[in-house]
Amino acid sequence: MQEVKRVSVREIIAERKSKKKLFGLFKLSRGKSVWENVIAVGLFACSVFTILVTLGIIITLFSETINFFSRPEVNLWDFLTGTNWRPLSSNPSPENFGVRPLIRGTLMIAFISGAVALPIGLGSAIYLSEYASEEVRKVLKPALEVLAGIPTVVYGYFAISFITPLLQRVLEDGLGIDVSFFNALSASVVVGVMIIPMVASISEDAMRAVPSSLREGAYALGATKFEVATKVVVPAALSGIIAAFILAISRAIGETMAVMIAAGATPRMTLNPLESVQTMTSFIVQVSFGDAPSGSINGQAIYAVGATLFVITFLMNIISDIVLRRFREVYE
Amino acid sequence: MSADQNSNNHDIVFTTKQLSVYYGRQLAIRDIDLSIQRHKITAIIGPSGCGKSTLLRSFNRMNELIPTARVEGQVYYNEKNIYAEGIDPVSIRRHIGMVFQKPNPFPKSIYDNVAFGARINKYQGDMDELVERSLRQAALWDEVKDKLKDSGLALSGGQQQRLCIARALATEPDVILMDEPASALDPIATLRIEELMEELKRNYTIIVVTHNMQQASRVSDMTAFLSIDRNDLEARIGILVEYGATQRMFIKPEMQETEDYITGRFG
Ligand SMILES: Nc1ncnc2c1ncn2[C@@H]1O[C@H](COP(=O)(O)OP(=O)(O)OP(=O)(O)O)[C@@H](O)[C@H]1O
Ligand SMILES: [Mg+2]
Repeated sequence: MQEVKRVSVREIIAERKSKKKLFGLFKLSRGKSVWENVIAVGLFACSVFTILVTLGIIITLFSETINFFSRPEVNLWDFLTGTNWRPLSSNPSPENFGVRPLIRGTLMIAFISGAVALPIGLGSAIYLSEYASEEVRKVLKPALEVLAGIPTVVYGYFAISFITPLLQRVLEDGLGIDVSFFNALSASVVVGVMIIPMVASISEDAMRAVPSSLREGAYALGATKFEVATKVVVPAALSGIIAAFILAISRAIGETMAVMIAAGATPRMTLNPLESVQTMTSFIVQVSFGDAPSGSINGQAIYAVGATLFVITFLMNIISDIVLRRFREVYE
Repeated sequence: MSADQNSNNHDIVFTTKQLSVYYGRQLAIRDIDLSIQRHKITAIIGPSGCGKSTLLRSFNRMNELIPTARVEGQVYYNEKNIYAEGIDPVSIRRHIGMVFQKPNPFPKSIYDNVAFGARINKYQGDMDELVERSLRQAALWDEVKDKLKDSGLALSGGQQQRLCIARALATEPDVILMDEPASALDPIATLRIEELMEELKRNYTIIVVTHNMQQASRVSDMTAFLSIDRNDLEARIGILVEYGATQRMFIKPEMQETEDYITGRFG
């Protein structure tokens, strides 16, 4: 679920904020007015609340995950390495609880949607920042942001009512390649379209923040507009562009609704995007909708999958932090 | 007579004819007629806002990067009108380097900064050699030769400005335009830039905008004095008041206005 992804981001932000406010609190309590102290304490309470909620979620997540793994029917090693995910099988056993098909489905969709969104998003950002006139930009940028506000369910139905039939017509009827009605490619394309605005908008902000004196310097050396954009502006804005990419990919990993609708719910260890796959988030939703009783093996499996997703997005956050710091060192 | 004419033409790099520049409907400079001599340093002086930068930027067609700017009249570069139809400003800028008021090195390594122009020009020769030569010409080599991979932004302001000069030199230009190249620098760094200009004069033609009268008199051979047209102060239109050899301009200007400005009695 998207909730799971947000937790990791929020937790980091909340932690940072709380540190600042703690110090602020101590500073303010020395000789400042009572009112100031009240404000500081109130803000402090807000941040404590955020942390407590976050901690609560994490504790629930992991304690249920521990419960799951302490069952005799499953074990951690087979969970992480197994290639069969059959949680509903009548014979619950470790070989039916391998999470890798779900991870693979998730990563396949993230990868293909990234391949769709990154070039198009970066291209739009370059156009908006470097080529578009002020009037065109004033219309296009808000339009792009409206695109980001469309509910994801709509994207899902767009996938099965437009993209999937199109793929079937072109690939199946035209080239004789089998295309399942539920398939990962269709889902990836709409998720890709869904995250284009994010890539474009954040990259464009980063590119517009590049001082125009750098552009002038490049023009004065005889650079063309395209050279200025690709050899000066994009490299100078690289840390922001990478941040946009990582945020967009995290969003693709966490995306649930559109993926469930378009890619179906067949956990499968495949690299063929024309088949149905299941992602981690769509498994969680599938089981939640099926009223799995708490304490049942499936009720607990969703926590184990959720925790896996949490760890993956958490690692991505850390990697992005490292990447950003690296590029900042080089470019600033 | 015709031989004389030829040698004359050979000594002239730029000639502007009735050059006017507008920003939107506002006329910024009007009817400038000016000839720039080869291998000389020409200083452009004048009060703030009179259009010095505007004039300088018309020599390499930088004004057209400003959407509202419009140029009228002609600028002949080696007897070719660079504003004629079909002339690509990119090809003009490859022969005419420019150094800006605020140092603006790219956020790249020192080496990549210098190599930038040569790379986009598809330079065929030895890049290492070109980078070293340009940095030497810009009197920066000894300070940076051991850290060519470091960011250009890690240098001091004066070093950054010399890096920008090296960057311009690496495209092997014919002319270098400088817009108050030392105004952001301390007196020592300024002196180094001035010495450098003296050096570069042998191989390049330099046009420099400056607010500093001493600097103009120290380094330049020719001086152009621009000012706001006194007949129409409201409109704030820049015109060329006087142009001549620097020595004469500073000792015995023809116009009262020039004398007032040079001696600090302007305004
Ligand atoms: N991008 C622009 N858009 C509109 N007007 C401009 C622009 N650049 C310059 N101007 C106007 O043109 C006139 C000349 O400006 P310019 O920058 O050429 O003067 P300058 O002599 O270089 O001044 P300074 O000594 O302060 O640098 C000024 O009145 C200025 O307001
Ligand atoms: Mg100026």
